[in-house]
Amino acid sequence: MFVTSAYAQTAPAAPETPAAPGAAPAGDPHAAPAGEVHTETGVAHGGEHGGGTFPPFDATYFPSQILWLVITFGLFYLLMKKVIVPRVGGILEHRHDRIAQDLDEAARLKSEADAAVETYERELAAARSKAHTIAETAREAAKGKAAADRAAIETELAQKLSVAETRIGEIKAQAFAQVGQIAEETASAIVDQLIGAKASGDDIKAAVAAAKTEA
Amino acid sequence: MANDPIHQFQISKIVPIEIGGIDFSFTNASLFMVATVACAAGFLYFSTSQRGLIPGRAQSVAEMSYEFIAGMLREGAGSHGMKFFPLVFSLFMFVLTANLLGMFPYFFTVTSQIIVTFALALLVIGTVLVYGFYKHGLHFLQLFVPSGVPGALLPLVVSIEIISFLSRPVSLSVRLFANMLAGHITLKVFAGFVASLGTMGALGIGGAVLPLIMTVALTGLEFLVAFLQAYVFAVLTCMYLNDAIHPGGH
Repeated sequence: MFVTSAYAQTAPAAPETPAAPGAAPAGDPHAAPAGEVHTETGVAHGGEHGGGTFPPFDATYFPSQILWLVITFGLFYLLMKKVIVPRVGGILEHRHDRIAQDLDEAARLKSEADAAVETYERELAAARSKAHTIAETAREAAKGKAAADRAAIETELAQKLSVAETRIGEIKAQAFAQVGQIAEETASAIVDQLIGAKASGDDIKAAVAAAKTEA
Repeated sequence: MANDPIHQFQISKIVPIEIGGIDFSFTNASLFMVATVACAAGFLYFSTSQRGLIPGRAQSVAEMSYEFIAGMLREGAGSHGMKFFPLVFSLFMFVLTANLLGMFPYFFTVTSQIIVTFALALLVIGTVLVYGFYKHGLHFLQLFVPSGVPGALLPLVVSIEIISFLSRPVSLSVRLFANMLAGHITLKVFAGFVASLGTMGALGIGGAVLPLIMTVALTGLEFLVAFLQAYVFAVLTCMYLNDAIHPGGH
């Protein structure tokens, strides 16, 4: 609707095209393809603008376009080549190096930590065995002391026991020795009570001695 | 005139310059070339000026585009191709920025001019030819002689190869140019529908919703195309450079 105002047939751009070859060496080859495509697209899209040609194929501005493209793109290329590419490349490389370095550092620290853990384990084991030894020694010492103490106490007790037994024997012998006298006194008292007569001491002695021997 | 979808491609002089009878005027196209370079270079320059070990957002974008193109070039042309990195990176950034700037209303799209895209394509092919002959001498012509082709077919295959080589600058430039041109015309036409239907009363305003939705969707698509065409341009540049570096391995 807005497009086709049936812009009449071929555009009179062709005569202008020869201006291009003189402009720049690069301008030469594309004058031809541009001219060819030009006609049909011109029919299809040619707008109401009075210029005549379809703007992208208007060769009037080809030299200017090429010149300014060369200037701008040339500057852009130089800036990229001299500044941006080395800079970004440097940033990336630096980061890459830094990461590699950090990984190395991390690996080193890890091995250090592993070594420390190993040392710790070893020292722990040593300390544990030392503690075991100390405990063992202490237990041995305590056991020996206890045995010695017990032996000492036992000897003391045995001594006391034998002293006590000796005393008991003495007391018993003494008691036995006194038994005759007591029996004699008792017998004389009994005889006195029973028969009212004094038995002679000798008779009683003999009778007690006889009873003692019988017993 | 306001609805003319072609008007946006019209070039107008800003500073008329004429040297030796040839018109070298500073035009709106030139202005937007300058703007493209200023935007792209300014962004890359200032975003990386901190040289941060931990990049900020802008620096991340700059690094991402750097690594994107570096990966593309390494994959397409091998490690020897890295000497062309500044060229490919410049081309990509230039085309991408020009395409994206063209998405602003009332802005001129530099890459919608066939002469601009053709000049860029010639730069690529010229680099391929110059480097190819400089590096490999006449062995560079092996590019046109695929190995393992029977002798009888050789003339045919070689002529096909030559034609395909010669058509490269044309296809490279026309692809970018036509995509940008067609996209902008389509956008303008649909946006024009919205405006003209809107003047037709209540029914027209209701009907204008459809082209409006279409315009919004097309705008999204055009952003994709703007990136995609820059990408395609860079990828093809890498592939062509690969021919210059390894003419035998084809």
